[in-house]
Amino acid sequence: MIEAVLLIDFGSTFTKVTAVDVEARKIIATAKAPTTVELGIDKGLIEAIDKLEKSAEVKLKYRRKLACSSAAGGLKMVAIGLVPDLTAEAAKTAALGAGAKLMDVYSYRLNNKELKEITNLNPDIILLAGGTDGGNSEVIVENGKKLAQSDINCPIIVAGNKDVQDELYEILSEQNKEFSIIDNVLPSLDKINIEPAREEIRKVFINNIISAKGFDVIKKEINSIVMPTPEAVLQAGKFISEHKLLGSEELIIVDMGGATTDVHSFTDGMPNTTGVVYRGLPQPFAKRTVEGDLGMRYSLCALIEEIGEAKIKKELPDLNLDNIIKNINEDYWNEDVTWEFENYLARHGVNKAVRRHGGTVETVYTPQGASYIQTGKDLTNVGVVIGTGGPLVNSSKSGYILKGALFNPDEPMVLMPKRCNFSVDRKYVLSSIGLLVDDFPEVAKAIVQDNFDFIEGGN
Amino acid sequence: MSSNTIVIGVIGADVHAVGNKILDYAFTQAGFKVVNIGVLASQEEFVKAAVETGAVAILVSSLYGHGEIDCRGLRDKCEEAGIGDILLYVGGNLVVGKKEWEPVKKTFLNMGFDRAYPPGTAPETSIEDLKNDLSQGE
Repeated sequence: MIEAVLLIDFGSTFTKVTAVDVEARKIIATAKAPTTVELGIDKGLIEAIDKLEKSAEVKLKYRRKLACSSAAGGLKMVAIGLVPDLTAEAAKTAALGAGAKLMDVYSYRLNNKELKEITNLNPDIILLAGGTDGGNSEVIVENGKKLAQSDINCPIIVAGNKDVQDELYEILSEQNKEFSIIDNVLPSLDKINIEPAREEIRKVFINNIISAKGFDVIKKEINSIVMPTPEAVLQAGKFISEHKLLGSEELIIVDMGGATTDVHSFTDGMPNTTGVVYRGLPQPFAKRTVEGDLGMRYSLCALIEEIGEAKIKKELPDLNLDNIIKNINEDYWNEDVTWEFENYLARHGVNKAVRRHGGTVETVYTPQGASYIQTGKDLTNVGVVIGTGGPLVNSSKSGYILKGALFNPDEPMVLMPKRCNFSVDRKYVLSSIGLLVDDFPEVAKAIVQDNFDFIEGGN
Repeated sequence: MSSNTIVIGVIGADVHAVGNKILDYAFTQAGFKVVNIGVLASQEEFVKAAVETGAVAILVSSLYGHGEIDCRGLRDKCEEAGIGDILLYVGGNLVVGKKEWEPVKKTFLNMGFDRAYPPGTAPETSIEDLKNDLSQGE
């Protein structure tokens, strides 16, 4: 009999389970079974646990059962702010950082068309921001009133100008809306504050979303679904960065899937070169972005379009690309797509996703000579890139794919990593690590050390 | 709600940071809440910062002689962003070389600035003016 912690990841396709030996600090076994949202989420879970216990070959006694989930659509959010580049961007960053699937971002005063859109989007949570502390207060109050008087029933998290918190409290409670009021995501233009929003989103996720999505049946089975899966990955990255478990504090995680590619970076992102002036919203140390048009199955056509057909034909002349695209449109996967082509696409997908996540520098010519302005995060000093997700994990050329994340000397203004090691989440343990960091940090450390060797391809 | 927030910055391709720091300090000491967007700031950044922070005034510095080109259209952008009545001040070395000040001042007032200051103006002067302008606006 071994005392274990059971970690569960409810994905949209598979429910993955991992049993961890707390004493020995290692993974005992992992298993997965198809996720069963329609039949009741517990069916798939029970099947996965059965498989796990068969393969473990020892009796397991679970001390804790912790889960994260991206099933049943994940955590769907809408973010609202005032100026698109400022509070709306801060609200968007906070929602993504909490592991949400961001459906849309709205700015300025909401009009009726937008209210109707939000109603139809039917988000799980709305994050309402607007105005720095002591700044504009009219717009967030007006938007609060409109949301209060609408048919929208999801929880609203207010994270805007503190001057009007009381007013918004009155407005939303009068209409019996479910809401909470927290610190401003952008208290001043030089300070972004996403942590309170992240905590509140997680709290609402645990209390509301889970019961709303048919997870009630497993309440007896497990202690809690503690966070959305992308947040578990973010927590894992933060932990690896904080303790420099892979030798570098600055790292990136690229999570490539069938529909989207997530990029998580852990670095303050400020200019690494002297003479460069940073402009724009401050960046959070742990940042997540999601690219909805870069994926290796559902988003394959969008990815091909993004790379450019002419470029692909030039670089892979033996490929019958027109035929492949025609077939993909009819059935998004077929034999024509060779491993070579798949790796090529994945590499470019990684490149586009990291490029969009990171920052750029532009030259400004002044009477005193050239000056440089940086927008977004400087990733040039990132020391480790971790790849996860099917296309990266299942490929025999993960290193080749991850090279897509590297700095290109021909484009010196795109601030991608210059010198770094590569590692791959071969056993999909990142979300498990994220679930362990709060209660079992030593176990989490040991699992990182066992599972993240450097692979070839890094420089 | 009357606020005492002001946005300051150095406009255009201008990297003069010292005066910007001095103004930040002086206006903060004078009781204003200073939102400093720093050097190399575009018109759009001034406007966005003013909208989001509910500022009552934008103070533009320009020291490299290209102020006229950089400042043209700022009042229109404020109008467009819904803060058309915000106070706009400008100061520094607004034109290249030593030119007579009055015509230069007139050019900037015609552009929609409420006040324009010649080179070497002490911060106290504009602090005094701003306090007066704000009290008259109430």
